[in-house]
Amino acid sequence: MSAITMVRQFGEVLLAIALAPLFVGWIAQCRAWLQSRTAPPLVQPYRMMRKLFQKDVALAANATPLFRITPYVLFGSMVLAAAIIPSIATDLPFARVADAIALIGIFATARVFQSLAAMDTGTAFGTMGARREMMVGFLAEPALLMVLFNAFLLSGSTALPSVVEAYSAGPLSINPSLTFAGVAFVMVLLAENARIPIDNPSTHLELTMIHEAMVLEYSARHLALIEWASSLKLFNYACIGFALFLPWGIATHGADGGWALLLAAAALIAKLVVFGAALALIESLSAKLRIFRAPEYLATAFLLAVLGLLVHLLLGS
Amino acid sequence: MTLQPSAFLEHPRLPLPANLSATRICADREQWLNCAETLRESGARLLTLWGADDRDRDGHFRIYAAYLGREGVLMVEHAMEAMVGPAYPSLAAIFPVAQRMQRAIHDLLGIAAEEGPGNEADTRGWLRHGGWPETLFPLCRDVDGSRQHPNVSAPYPFVTVEGSGVHEIAVGPVHAGTIEPGHFRFSVVGEKMLRLEARLGYTHKGVAKLFETMPQSSGHRLAARISGDSAVAFSWAYCAALESLAGTICPPRATLLRALALEHERLANHLGDLGALGNDAGFAFGLTHFSRLKEDLLRINSIAFGARYLLDYAIPGGVAVDFPARAPSLLLNLYSELETSVANLRSIYDEHAGLQDRFRGTGRLEQSIAGKLGAMGLVARASGIASDLRVDHPWPPYDRIATKCILQSTGDVAARVQVRFDEVYESLRFCRALLRQLPAGPIHALVPDVVPYQLGLGIIESWRGPVLISLETGPHGSIRRCHAHDSSWQNWPLIEYAVIGDIVPDFPLINKSFNLSYSGQDG
Repeated sequence: MSAITMVRQFGEVLLAIALAPLFVGWIAQCRAWLQSRTAPPLVQPYRMMRKLFQKDVALAANATPLFRITPYVLFGSMVLAAAIIPSIATDLPFARVADAIALIGIFATARVFQSLAAMDTGTAFGTMGARREMMVGFLAEPALLMVLFNAFLLSGSTALPSVVEAYSAGPLSINPSLTFAGVAFVMVLLAENARIPIDNPSTHLELTMIHEAMVLEYSARHLALIEWASSLKLFNYACIGFALFLPWGIATHGADGGWALLLAAAALIAKLVVFGAALALIESLSAKLRIFRAPEYLATAFLLAVLGLLVHLLLGS
Repeated sequence: MTLQPSAFLEHPRLPLPANLSATRICADREQWLNCAETLRESGARLLTLWGADDRDRDGHFRIYAAYLGREGVLMVEHAMEAMVGPAYPSLAAIFPVAQRMQRAIHDLLGIAAEEGPGNEADTRGWLRHGGWPETLFPLCRDVDGSRQHPNVSAPYPFVTVEGSGVHEIAVGPVHAGTIEPGHFRFSVVGEKMLRLEARLGYTHKGVAKLFETMPQSSGHRLAARISGDSAVAFSWAYCAALESLAGTICPPRATLLRALALEHERLANHLGDLGALGNDAGFAFGLTHFSRLKEDLLRINSIAFGARYLLDYAIPGGVAVDFPARAPSLLLNLYSELETSVANLRSIYDEHAGLQDRFRGTGRLEQSIAGKLGAMGLVARASGIASDLRVDHPWPPYDRIATKCILQSTGDVAARVQVRFDEVYESLRFCRALLRQLPAGPIHALVPDVVPYQLGLGIIESWRGPVLISLETGPHGSIRRCHAHDSSWQNWPLIEYAVIGDIVPDFPLINKSFNLSYSGQDG
């Protein structure tokens, strides 16, 4: 492993950590514009985190160490995920270690820790949020796996870098099975990242919350880390989506010099800008689903992904 | 107890000064219950219940009940000897809505409601949360209202639901958003609500006690602040009570301007609620656009009425400021703008599948339950009960310029949304008619001090439902007792029925569709 690959690897992780809050800030801006409101500045998530990092932690008297380590576990697993996902380059030392199925495992680990921590202090809201999160999670994971299987079938590999390289090598064309999988993926992304129509990130109604209910007991640096981890999760999902469906611009093995990396970073930012605006549009146009519609919603996502697989098998493309 | 309607009907009815047709009856213990039962049979509803300490005058405590019947308001009063533990027969078995009011009266005055055989009295404090000692009754005349007491809170036993998998969720009084305080105790299985019990009274401010320190000429200012979203309704109710006692006729221009202000209050609240209902269903687009329309209205309010939220606009004898000359054209422009924008937003709401899925069938309040529990105002109208004072018992100027009673039958969140939309249009139509008929002339008449120990009522249909002010005068232009009632008293218990069988995450939406006043209830 050369020094340059390590630089590439860490550069990519640092870029992800830095860009993730900005991506969330960009979505918030677009949402505000779509609703004819004055938009908050792009760096608003950073300001919130700075404020939170300066505060003292208020901890429930009965909180166990699990409650305290969870923010670090969440942040750590999202950083690890960012290291595996080829967002600007495919030749990543870490990416060879874990394939996309392991990636889902990392997300699941984070989910388990977050749910346990939510129940740790014994408040009604934490437990309520944890139980809803688990419901959404166990429905979303199979749908996400099905989406990934589409890509695996097309590329013949379960490692994301190989998927990207397989696409980039081929001619530019719209693949019907990937179209189905793409729609399913966006649906899963919305559900997994506590966005409308499954959850409402900006709600103050504690009884309707999923993600927010789980973090109600957190404060200061713990809360800041959790917020940062959430934005990283959204960023990671976006990058998985780019890797699977829009891989153009990502620097592939052997063609990842300085200029290629710069170009890849520019492409990534351009994709994030467009995708963020699209997400804001979807969120502004929809209302939040009644929570028992979530199974139908995620079943639809699953079905679309399966349709993608069927199309691939039937058409043999 | 045997029912003797004939005896009740022959009972002498005394005239009662009020802005709409009202009479009073003095009843003994037996008649107190007889009246209630006869009125219940005739379809009347209990409007409010309050007590007074008259030991300094004639050695009695008094309890008053105001009923809303077909012919108008009937006030029944019952005097009790001020012995140890004064008590009157409870009305809760006849009018369930009396329950909480009776508990509140006990907290404030120490007069208890005696349940009939087979019914257990609920002796938990309603307004008293430990802010004053159990043996002290702050509304008694010999109690110094300005004294502070240490807060001693005691556990409040909620009714529990037992069964496998049933657990409780406690919400409030401090919420995640900046809203008024109230505690809600849910018994749930999974996400399904089996039972909800609310505990209110956190914003009890001692308004009734404070009234007693004020002169009659400035009570309207306090009345306007009982529930800020019904400022015009409460201050008008106060002024109406005082004016009917003093025999003052409000000048026609002022009467019409008051009605215009009341409708503007209705419009502002409906627009705000429609936006908030969209937002609570995750449709923030609705909130921003309805908030914009509401803001336009409030800005015009500050030009036309001199205040955005219309505080202190209605004053005894008339209104505080006259309409500027440019106001009518400004208002007409605003109405057209509102009409088009609201129509556009309504079609977005109506055609938005996701939003309608959240609204329809959620928080259904059946007409039969609403009727039994005496639902009032907007909530009653959404459940198919035609109840609107402006139509049923119109007072000036509603007696000359008619409004329609807006009805929906399904009783769910969607129905309450539709009633709000329809009432916005109806209010706009009414406001235009008012502006066309607005006469020139004075906006204020002199209100003389009223002779002591007279009681008068003012009853106004606010955007939420009827509000009532009962004003009893004291010597030298003072207030002896002033009771303020908001229809939230009637409608809070209804939420507990509307949510049964719904899921926990839908509660905020159901609650918002009722949008009841905490402050108005707590007093």
